Amino acid sequence: MLSITINNLHFPNPFLLASGILDESADTMFRIIKHGAGGVVTKSIGMKKRGGYQNPVIYELPYGLINAMGLPNPGIEAFGEEMKKLKNCGVPVIGSIFGGTTDEFVYLAKKMENYGADAVELNLSCPHAKGYGMEIGVNPNLVAEIVGEVKKSVSIPVWCKLTPNVTDIVEIAKAADKADALVMINTLKAMAIDIEAQRPVLSNTYGGLSGPCVKPVGLRAVYDVFKEVDKPIIGVGGVCSWTDALEYFMAGASAVQIGTAIATKGPTIFAEISRDVADWLKKHGYDSIKDVVGVAHR
Amino acid sequence: MYRVVRIEKVVQETPSIKSFYFVDNSNPAPGQFYMVWIPGVDEFPMSISAIDDLKRFTVKKIGDGTAAMHNLQEGDRLWIRGPYGRGFKPTDEPALVVGGGTGMATLAPLINALRDADVIIAARNEKELLFVDEFPDKEVHIATDDGSRGFKGFASELAAVLIDKKEYGMVYTCGPEPMIKAIVDICLARKIPVQASLERFMKCGIGVCDSCSINGFRVCADGPVFSEKELAQMTELGKWKRDPSGMKVKI
Repeated sequence: MLSITINNLHFPNPFLLASGILDESADTMFRIIKHGAGGVVTKSIGMKKRGGYQNPVIYELPYGLINAMGLPNPGIEAFGEEMKKLKNCGVPVIGSIFGGTTDEFVYLAKKMENYGADAVELNLSCPHAKGYGMEIGVNPNLVAEIVGEVKKSVSIPVWCKLTPNVTDIVEIAKAADKADALVMINTLKAMAIDIEAQRPVLSNTYGGLSGPCVKPVGLRAVYDVFKEVDKPIIGVGGVCSWTDALEYFMAGASAVQIGTAIATKGPTIFAEISRDVADWLKKHGYDSIKDVVGVAHR
Repeated sequence: MYRVVRIEKVVQETPSIKSFYFVDNSNPAPGQFYMVWIPGVDEFPMSISAIDDLKRFTVKKIGDGTAAMHNLQEGDRLWIRGPYGRGFKPTDEPALVVGGGTGMATLAPLINALRDADVIIAARNEKELLFVDEFPDKEVHIATDDGSRGFKGFASELAAVLIDKKEYGMVYTCGPEPMIKAIVDICLARKIPVQASLERFMKCGIGVCDSCSINGFRVCADGPVFSEKELAQMTELGKWKRDPSGMKVKI
């Protein structure tokens, strides 16, 4: 009922771990898989080791989180050890990568493929790292070039994660024409000021807003792109409950990724959402989650 | 969002450790921690070392953030969020509490909450012993690495002696990880329940970023206090930790 296939990859359920959340080490990803994730996306990995920004890197709000981790990662060479452990983990492993140039993306994608990643997810959307992510992902020409070159150099599916910090996300989605699937949305560029300290809270000043408050934005992005682009969409942004997930499916997502909700609901959220979405499908006479993908467009 | 608290009192506990007293209406369990922000400097995790009308952080100077905190005085402010994590589970059975260095800060509110506890306070030398006079109603043993006071040797060696003399229903520990590892091994071998409070480089404090994980256990959200069943699964305990990039490095 919940199993899905995207780009010939089989997922036991459509609830995947989002990049950046509890996915720096294989052991933690294994644990999330045990809790019922249908697939995992790794932390975004770059060419070289990065420690990330100085604390504070996260700010809790009643309606979400602002984070500026600063793309911490051990570097692609060292990450091979974690990827090796994830072989035979039972669900697809999507290697997230970030580069500053097309060549870097190509190199990282090939590495991930060699490590056994089932797909790569191009981080063209992180809103808080200079020279990376969104700084590239707002430019349709760069997006088209990077996706095109990566696609030519690997045989595994290429997913492209898009930023909502653009005037028209449909334009960027179309620029990523060669991608096998689109992942949307990354966080919204944001900040917070502490009025007693009279200064920005995050050491990087700017961060990315995630959590319940961004769901309507993500939903709108998925809905708009589904109308215009004929390829699988993975919905991300504020999925905290089975109703949130169903909204994304109805807007046109074939799967969703879950991240921030783990902070408030714990890793058990995966099994809970699977159970509750399956219940809803049964109650409404559906045989498969596939049957509700995009139904809101009827 | 942060709460701003005023420092009511500062006490120099040892040459490298200071206590900061403050008023805050949160209600932490022993073993829980807060994230403390020194604006413009750093934010870092700090366990609560007293839970009364006046709460207390007991801080060793180890980095930029804690050094900046050591410069603060009565009347200065701290920005805090929390409490976070899972604290100690208290027991009614006779307990042995083993604290090394600032590990005693984490254990102090637990010791005061226990009915029947013997305590080992350990440090490198006499000057760095923390809270030796804080538990007048408990049996307190002292151990120093250099023998300048009490038992000469590691806390784990003294713990083994005490454990073999008396039947404890629970062992609690916090301190340097090699000490924790040695005590956990002693307890696992003798099938004595043990709870240990662990420390890792921490960023978010709320269980999402994976930087403090040890074998898939999040120190900030699943811990910082773990029990024997979890500790036994931690092949990295006492051996490996992760640096800020997530790279595995030897302890």
